[in-house]
Amino acid sequence: MSGLHAEVEFHRPGFELRAELAVAPGEVLAVLGPNGAGKSTLLAVLSGLVRPDRGRIALGERVWSDPQRAVDVPTHRRGVGLLAQHPLLFPNLSVLENVAFGPRAAGTRKRAAHDLARSWLSDVDAAELAERRPAALSGGQAQRVALARALAAAPDLLLLDEPLAALDVTAAPAIRSLLHRVLDAHRRPTVLVTHDVLDAVVLADRVAVLVDGRIIEHGPTREVLARPKAAFTARIAGLNLLTGPARDGGLEFDGLPLQGRGAEPVQPGEPAAAVCSPSAVAVHRQRPEASPRNAVPVVLTALEPRGDVVRLRAETRTESQVAVAADVTPAAVAELRLSPGEDVYFVVKAAEVAIHPLSGGSSGA
Amino acid sequence: MTGRRAPAVRPPRALWVPAVLALALIVLPVLGLLGRIDPVRLPGLLTGPAALDALGLSVRTSLLATLLSLLLGGPLAVVLARARWRGLRVVRAVVLLPLVLPPVVGGLALLYLLGRTGPVGGVLDLVGLRLPYTTAAVVLAQTFVAMPFLVVGLEGALRSADDRYEQVAATLGAGPWRTFRRVTVPLLLPALGSGVVLTFARALGEFGATITFAGSLQGVTRTLPLAVYTTAQSDVDAAVAMSLLLIALALLVIGLAGTKAVEGRG
Repeated sequence: MSGLHAEVEFHRPGFELRAELAVAPGEVLAVLGPNGAGKSTLLAVLSGLVRPDRGRIALGERVWSDPQRAVDVPTHRRGVGLLAQHPLLFPNLSVLENVAFGPRAAGTRKRAAHDLARSWLSDVDAAELAERRPAALSGGQAQRVALARALAAAPDLLLLDEPLAALDVTAAPAIRSLLHRVLDAHRRPTVLVTHDVLDAVVLADRVAVLVDGRIIEHGPTREVLARPKAAFTARIAGLNLLTGPARDGGLEFDGLPLQGRGAEPVQPGEPAAAVCSPSAVAVHRQRPEASPRNAVPVVLTALEPRGDVVRLRAETRTESQVAVAADVTPAAVAELRLSPGEDVYFVVKAAEVAIHPLSGGSSGA
Repeated sequence: MTGRRAPAVRPPRALWVPAVLALALIVLPVLGLLGRIDPVRLPGLLTGPAALDALGLSVRTSLLATLLSLLLGGPLAVVLARARWRGLRVVRAVVLLPLVLPPVVGGLALLYLLGRTGPVGGVLDLVGLRLPYTTAAVVLAQTFVAMPFLVVGLEGALRSADDRYEQVAATLGAGPWRTFRRVTVPLLLPALGSGVVLTFARALGEFGATITFAGSLQGVTRTLPLAVYTTAQSDVDAAVAMSLLLIALALLVIGLAGTKAVEGRG
């Protein structure tokens, strides 16, 4: 099994991409960044659809691109699978033929390719769609089939380009959960490009934050999101994120039970994340007694005025000291006489907390 | 379906007068031609050797010209739409030349290239091949004039259909040839239909380039339009009968292809 090593330099008037990536086999790297940061260009370069100006891209021993030595392996010989925002199923082929396209291109006989396609379709819970035409599928169904098609080609590197961005809010959790399951079992490197921090939380072992063509921050997902260094990361990581093993109806964070609603199915004992928005957090001086709410002991680190609310930054008074935030009114701040260094409780209703499965770190990252 | 529904915005009334005039300009001459038919002589004229020879020749040569346009013009359209070199804009303009050039000029150009004294015709003459005034010359003249319809239609369809499907095929391991056969061509089929119909219709009506380059020999190069023109000078009834054949062929083409294909909507 071989990992991806890429150094990419790409120049266009008014735009420059300069990034270095390493993704181990079985590992999922999420590239997070705002629009225009160069995420799509990065994927296009990795897949061979766009030629970099300098750098080197290699998967294990195989060099895919090295402009200085005039090496440029064409896309169809690289073995890159791509799942994009839109499923792009070939409209003239049935679902089964779409999934069998990769194996057929690799020279597999029709019957064997169709058997393989059926098995991938059942892996993504779409076996019953085999005979349909792409036009007869919903967005979520089409994206399942597109995932099966990408995996059936047995890619050495899997690229996911905003795979959930075009789905409606009801379809996205099911596909995210499917990707979580499939990527956990996938033994090859995967690069996920997204602007949604939830995708990174659920799917990625590590994240790299790409802004203006540069990677400004990278590391294990939980560390980067729990302690964002760059302003952009802090903004997108604006959600509170507490992790721990799943329990019935929630999870256990540093020995503290947290209740929430399951956004995607999680088995008890599996790694999970409790996610809530700072605006859902209330601040109490005392632990609320006999309440169905979640209460987390924290120490305040900073108070930042933000328009008509004040953002309270804090660290949990638990073993892992995770950074958390709450948006409260200036009146509440005055009433409770809050200031940095004080011990308070952040309190959230269970209904405001979403429980997501967490990337299991199949590579142990 | 939507045929009975009134459009959301009605066209201004002032447009009705020129619109009706335009329609009259298309329909009335055809009706006038039909009124000129001599019902007694018609059956004999339609089945006479002059008409049948011309009909058979027209259908054969137009089909061959369409096939030739497809085999040569199809690949040209793909290259024009997908290649990325600098001189491409000039090449695109050149392809349009037969569309704007009077066909007679095209026929002369073909004659001076492929005639016995022409640079290519001279070489062909050495190996005993003479193109002008043969049926092959008819096919070449028709292809020269009609092929741009196919190239322009296909290229437009290719350029408006983005190449993301082709990129996906490449990530699935399909090489350029497999991608072309399994992805590009199927996506192009609707545009191909309308392009083929237009090309065939244009070849069928070809006159100027044919008469200049191929002459007008009955059974060899005298296609229906040429026969109509030649006969009109001596026997108007016969010319009208042959025109009727052309009108019938045109209606047949439209009927077979469906108006959608002719309108280029595929």
